[in-house]
Amino acid sequence: MDFEPNDVERAVLETARRFAREAVAPAAAANDRQGRFPAELVRGLAELGLLAVNVPAAHGGSEAGPVAYALALAEIAAADCATAVTMAVTNMVGETIARFGTEAQRARCLPRLASAEWLAGAFALSEAQAGSDAASMTTRAVRKGGGWVIDGAKQWITSGDVAGVLVVWAKTDPAAGTSGVTAFLVEQGTRGLSVGRHEEKMGIRASSTVALSFDGCEVPDSARLGAVGEGFRIALAALDGGRIGIAAQATGTIRAALDASTRYARDRTTFGVQIGQHQAIGFMLADMATDEAAARLLTLRAAFLKGAGQPHGREASTAKLFASEAAQRAVSRAVQIHGGYGYTDEFPVAKLFRDARVQTIYEGTSEIQRIVIARELLRG
Amino acid sequence: MQIQLTEEQRQVRDLCKEFAAKELTPNARRWDAEHHFPREAVKQLAEMGLLGVAVPTEWGGAGMDNVSYAVAMEEISRGCAGTGVIMSVNNSLYCDPVMKYGTEAQKKEFLVPFARGEKLGAFALTEPMSGSDAAEMRTVAVRKGDQYLLDGTKNFITNGPQADAILVFAMTDKARRHKGISAFLVPADAKGFSRGKPDDKVGIRASGSCSIFFEGCAIPARNRIGEEGDGFKVAMSTLDGGRIGIASQALGIARAAFEEAVAYAKDRKAFGQPISQFQAIQFMLADMATELDAARLLTLRAATLKDKGTRHSAESAMAKLYASEMAERVTSKALQIHGGYGYVKEFDVERHWRDSRITEIYEGTSEIQRIVISASVLKD
Repeated sequence: MDFEPNDVERAVLETARRFAREAVAPAAAANDRQGRFPAELVRGLAELGLLAVNVPAAHGGSEAGPVAYALALAEIAAADCATAVTMAVTNMVGETIARFGTEAQRARCLPRLASAEWLAGAFALSEAQAGSDAASMTTRAVRKGGGWVIDGAKQWITSGDVAGVLVVWAKTDPAAGTSGVTAFLVEQGTRGLSVGRHEEKMGIRASSTVALSFDGCEVPDSARLGAVGEGFRIALAALDGGRIGIAAQATGTIRAALDASTRYARDRTTFGVQIGQHQAIGFMLADMATDEAAARLLTLRAAFLKGAGQPHGREASTAKLFASEAAQRAVSRAVQIHGGYGYTDEFPVAKLFRDARVQTIYEGTSEIQRIVIARELLRG
Repeated sequence: MQIQLTEEQRQVRDLCKEFAAKELTPNARRWDAEHHFPREAVKQLAEMGLLGVAVPTEWGGAGMDNVSYAVAMEEISRGCAGTGVIMSVNNSLYCDPVMKYGTEAQKKEFLVPFARGEKLGAFALTEPMSGSDAAEMRTVAVRKGDQYLLDGTKNFITNGPQADAILVFAMTDKARRHKGISAFLVPADAKGFSRGKPDDKVGIRASGSCSIFFEGCAIPARNRIGEEGDGFKVAMSTLDGGRIGIASQALGIARAAFEEAVAYAKDRKAFGQPISQFQAIQFMLADMATELDAARLLTLRAATLKDKGTRHSAESAMAKLYASEMAERVTSKALQIHGGYGYVKEFDVERHWRDSRITEIYEGTSEIQRIVISASVLKD
């Protein structure tokens, strides 16, 4: 057993850490305030190989494995959760195409995603009335000639407007429940695909979240990802990886909250001592540090199992559940330690507090993670 | 990164699991009720090499690593937490410091028979008015020719009633406070040594603890471990290891309660279905499983650092803090799932709940762990 990163993992980690500190962190507050998508940072991530960390080198990826990916994502998240979620979704789209795509799909999409020629990839699964309950989706894909016509609406789609390619899930056999769902690769600019409302979010404001509508959107059969009816399985596999990503993001959030709080606890004096010397504050720091370590270890274990080709669904859910909930505790404590300053934009913790909140929600709420975990442990 | 047990570590775990299921679990309830020291089980632990797990074979131990020790401790404690602490004290608090700080001659006399499990060791730091605040200790050792004369009282000494030798901490230079503490190996047949009657405890009742008394207790000067004034350093580094043992014990206790709760939830019906089908129960189980995983990873990380010879004070403190508080939460939820049955001695879960409570206290309370962790956070 060894929890130390190997040479490749360490190199990716350090690359990400440097970029996070030098480029991402300095721009984070302004991008957040303006709700501005940081295209130049995305190109910077691409240059460092961070948009396709776990994608084969033959297709332009870094081929560094899921552990390296988790380590890198946590570093970017510690600087800005919005940039991290953009990075995460593009990585997961790349991994999904690498795993389930045809050679032609890989050759077309992966180099463009890895290089940021396409600024992002997107997953279009959620709908207004269908999140984790994917069987309730109403978007349809109907055969027409040699291809398909997609009709419906998707919601909460991260990077849906800037993505060069979207993985879109639609019912091809409405009577068949989850077995009637099929995935398609739809490129931006395809006729019938239009971008709707941009969500005004409380946090991760420098990431883009949009509604999409599909009105007689025609795609060739070569745009189908995987077999007809295989969509739900593809979505679940993508979510297993996606949950490791959110867990890594939450781990980075806790790290950032702890680092900011530690700095403040050293600088700020009350009653004649640095506030870190008061046990009330010191103990909060101790609990944050313990949560950070546990979140990191759970995340890395899930990533390790994924890299080793072993089952990791329950472990990914465990990591996501723990890390995202620990992040809520950490950002709340960080604001508390900062007192009034924590409630202003003068310090980074107010933004962390807003950014962290979505982590117990997206890619399956905490409640969905508990359902996944309980189902597996009661099966055994 | 390699986050899984080696083949050898898995074998140790499986062997201990089998032993615990056969020899400990069926007897633990009776041992608890009767406050019975499980002499026969301790002898079997000795035969399996479990009383000197990480002691090299040339010194009578099993020559395994600390990860193996941690997984063994979890499995033994899963069967009987009292037996677990008997094992932990002999391994972590007695053999480990004698191995690390003892001379060849001391190891021959005071390590080999203890690592083999022919004799039992104990560790005596705590006093009626001095626990983690060791500089306040009142037990003194005065040099007289080639002897030391010990005077004072120690209490809550686990294995005290049965110990053949005890690692005792005493002041040799009170003016130097914690730097005036020295460590001594005191054989139980030393003149001037006596023991009080065993403590009547809330939990871990199969293990014995008692007060011990030194009244002009003469021991040879060659029984001193390390130099005069080294005692505090010896005690602290010993506890860094001991906390891995207690974290593992807490894991074992919690896992026992968790597994019994799963079995009960599948079996018990309410409102027409097994209670395991209610989300209220499922979500408790999911949280318990998640926290168990987090605690185990923290514990194994600390053990890998100890195996590498890297300093691991903060990591051990995190493992012990998290695992012990987790054990109290998990055993309490397990009791809740059992309803009224959880409150009576017809089931084992009330014992696990009682057993868990000590893990937050001994070898440094949760508060002491938070002091260790926050000092480390604020120092970096």
